[in-house]
Amino acid sequence: MSVDALSSFRVTTGTRASGAFALVAAALIVIAFAAPLFVSRSVIQNLFFILTMLALAQNWNLLAGYAGLVSVGQQAFVGIGAYAMFGAVILGGMDPVAAIAVGGVAAVLLAIPTAFFVFRLYGAYFAIGTWVIAEVARLVVAQWKSLGGGTGTSLPRDATRSIWGQEAVAALFGVRGPHAADIVSYWLALVLVIATIGFIYRLLRSRQGLGLAAVRDNQDAARSVGVDALRLKTLVYLAAAFGTGLVGALIYVQKARISPDAAFSVVDWTAYVIFIVVIGGIGTIEGPIVGIIVLFLLQNALSDYGSWYLLLLGLIGIAVMLFAPRGLWGFFTDRTGIELFPVRRNLIVAPGATPDKGGPHG
Amino acid sequence: MSWLDTVVQGVLLGGLYALFAAGLSLVFGIMRLVNLAHGDLIVLAAYLILVLVTALGLNPFVAALVAMPIMFAAGWALQRLVLNRTLGDDILPPLLVTFGLSIVIQNALLEGFSADSRRIYAGGIETASLAIGPVNVGVMPLLTLASAVLAIVALNQLFYRTSLGRAFRATSDDPVTAGLMGIRPNRIFAQATGVAMVVVTIAALYLGTRANFDPATGPSRLIYAFEAVIIGGLGSLWGTLAGGIIIGVAQTVGAAVNPEWQILAGHVAFLAVLLARPRGLFPRAVD
Amino acid sequence: MTLLQTRDLKAFYGDFQALFGIDLALAAGETVAIIGANGAGKTTLLRSVSGIIANAPEAVTLEGRPIGALAAPEVVALGIAMVPEGRKLFASLSVEENLLIGRYGRDVAGPWTLDSVYGLFPVLKERRNVPATALSGGQQQMVAIGRALMSNPRVLLCDEISLGLAPVVIRDIYAAFPRIRESGAAIVIVEQDIGQALRVAERVYCMMEGRVTLSGRPGELSREAIHAAYFGVHA
Repeated sequence: MSVDALSSFRVTTGTRASGAFALVAAALIVIAFAAPLFVSRSVIQNLFFILTMLALAQNWNLLAGYAGLVSVGQQAFVGIGAYAMFGAVILGGMDPVAAIAVGGVAAVLLAIPTAFFVFRLYGAYFAIGTWVIAEVARLVVAQWKSLGGGTGTSLPRDATRSIWGQEAVAALFGVRGPHAADIVSYWLALVLVIATIGFIYRLLRSRQGLGLAAVRDNQDAARSVGVDALRLKTLVYLAAAFGTGLVGALIYVQKARISPDAAFSVVDWTAYVIFIVVIGGIGTIEGPIVGIIVLFLLQNALSDYGSWYLLLLGLIGIAVMLFAPRGLWGFFTDRTGIELFPVRRNLIVAPGATPDKGGPHG
Repeated sequence: MSWLDTVVQGVLLGGLYALFAAGLSLVFGIMRLVNLAHGDLIVLAAYLILVLVTALGLNPFVAALVAMPIMFAAGWALQRLVLNRTLGDDILPPLLVTFGLSIVIQNALLEGFSADSRRIYAGGIETASLAIGPVNVGVMPLLTLASAVLAIVALNQLFYRTSLGRAFRATSDDPVTAGLMGIRPNRIFAQATGVAMVVVTIAALYLGTRANFDPATGPSRLIYAFEAVIIGGLGSLWGTLAGGIIIGVAQTVGAAVNPEWQILAGHVAFLAVLLARPRGLFPRAVD
Repeated sequence: MTLLQTRDLKAFYGDFQALFGIDLALAAGETVAIIGANGAGKTTLLRSVSGIIANAPEAVTLEGRPIGALAAPEVVALGIAMVPEGRKLFASLSVEENLLIGRYGRDVAGPWTLDSVYGLFPVLKERRNVPATALSGGQQQMVAIGRALMSNPRVLLCDEISLGLAPVVIRDIYAAFPRIRESGAAIVIVEQDIGQALRVAERVYCMMEGRVTLSGRPGELSREAIHAAYFGVHA
């Protein structure tokens, strides 16, 4: 094949739908930032829940869907992020918003020794290994008496009354302090979601992303072409820990009250997250977005039925995994070919160029 | 409390953890399936025994005997109808399906029995104890350890002395060639899960008579079971017993130092073993 | 009369077609050899007959009964046993357990029992309690053959039993075949070793690129014809 012929091929990840979607997404982001102007405080709180769960789901999806690391211990990073934030505020006198960064760093610091343990375990045992780590973290934190030990504690009132930006927002929007604090938290959640999705999207389109896909498909083959699987997986694990720690800290800035059982809850921070990703579509960026919408609708529809809600969610998750393992979004993409965050590389053949017939010697 | 006493109590507690773990070890050894709902299935069996005791007025030990075939059938059906569909090269489906199952069982029990903690009363035997040399040993803990040893002996007999056990091992080695021998792997897996559920029922009897339980008790029991399996080395039942005993002793020693450290000490022991011997204490030669 | 027959048997691995319509017949008690180079489709043919690969029901018949779509365990129960390529012994089982598991799916009375298999391969009796994979290659092949015989098959399928073995070992193993034939089983032998196949078989099929290119009695086939059918016209 001549160089001339080669130049008529082009590798692209874009699709027509993704181009149009980029414009829609930009508009959506602008509207989302402006939302506090025209929606009530309770809507802002709902959106905060949606955005933080979406950020957790994107992080878990990065681990399980793209790196094949099925963790059921992400509550370790939510909890440690939240507690580090509490520690920085209560013991260090920091502003809660600034302390969110401390939460992210603390999660990475926990993830480094943790990786050392859990990467000795393969597949399913990795999953339970992460759970053990989360339990250890919960039990150790429960010994931290200055942060309330096993019963937990609250953020001091003077810290929650004057978080960064709160006064300005209160003045600008003409709302009371707690409402303004919710708006600040909401904006932070929005920034976190955009940054998380942006990071994952860029990662997947990069060389590392290609390596990651290769590792997920066949670790041995990927290694043989020079992909350092362990390094890539460790990188993803640390990145997901950082993101999860930030979200955990942010969630607890808004909650302002913490206890080890709540902050390290496997149901709240891992079970829901797994159902969001599985129902929406694992291994896609769109999947968690679809999943959080489904979860939110179900939660509202079934809010009066207590544990039936989780029971039903579990059954839906099982059914999706058995009968539509690529989730609702995968089901949709298979039928329409529409991808909003295309990460697959497509070979475009310029008109007139006829590729040689395939075959081992082509 | 003397240190000897602490260690003896830990060994006996290890018997309970080995019972939790034996079913997990069995299922993993045969079909490489880690059932994240294992702990919840133990709790489910405990509620079944409780219902049999309260509704029919049965002695708990008799109730456990009645529960065994029911749990066998439940395990058989679960494997046949659900879990067999998840087996394959991809580890995601079995993990996520059994995780979903765990949430389903917990919340179904919550609906059916409320969050109140329950206990199975065994008519006074719980408080009976024997003096063996310098230490006082509870009859119930002693029975637990004896049951764990018996269960492991019985499972080893099944594994190494029967036609079904040969089929278990052959299928674990190579399901395609096992098919050429007339073995239907899906049926073998269903029977294996059924057997694991019988062991789960024995574990549930002691879980329920020795301490309180509630619908959320399962996950922590899964973790102890998992730690015992890993410490012992995957696929070795006697290793699993050793692993259970190590967790048990670590917990009682930890609790003797500071009551709040009981659970933590067990986890730390697990992490220490993982650090020193990543493949466990008694790894299988053939894996 | 015809015991086992394939009619227009086609097999696929995904999009790749491995067999292009194989017609083959085996009479009761007969020994047939299938020869051909690597990749000719011989192993695929045996995997299709034994039920590892599913086919159209009518593509394989046993005494006229369609069995092409049956799964391996059902095929064994009807009396078709296979000695798979590479022996495929169960590593967790001892020699004797490997033999015993051979009758798991078809436990019928017949000439083959633990004792008669030990009679056929006495060395296995001495090593009965050793893990099967601890044996030498030739002894492992004896276990694989014995394991298949334990089901007292009406048809014994042998896939490349001489592969990787020394000539003297191959001779020892083939020395057992007359006794297997006397027990009444029809035998299909897949071999790359043409000489061995021609000595033991009553009829020979030669395959190339998923098709039968030649068949007949060994005495009636010329060296040149076999050579052409084996390597193709270019050879």
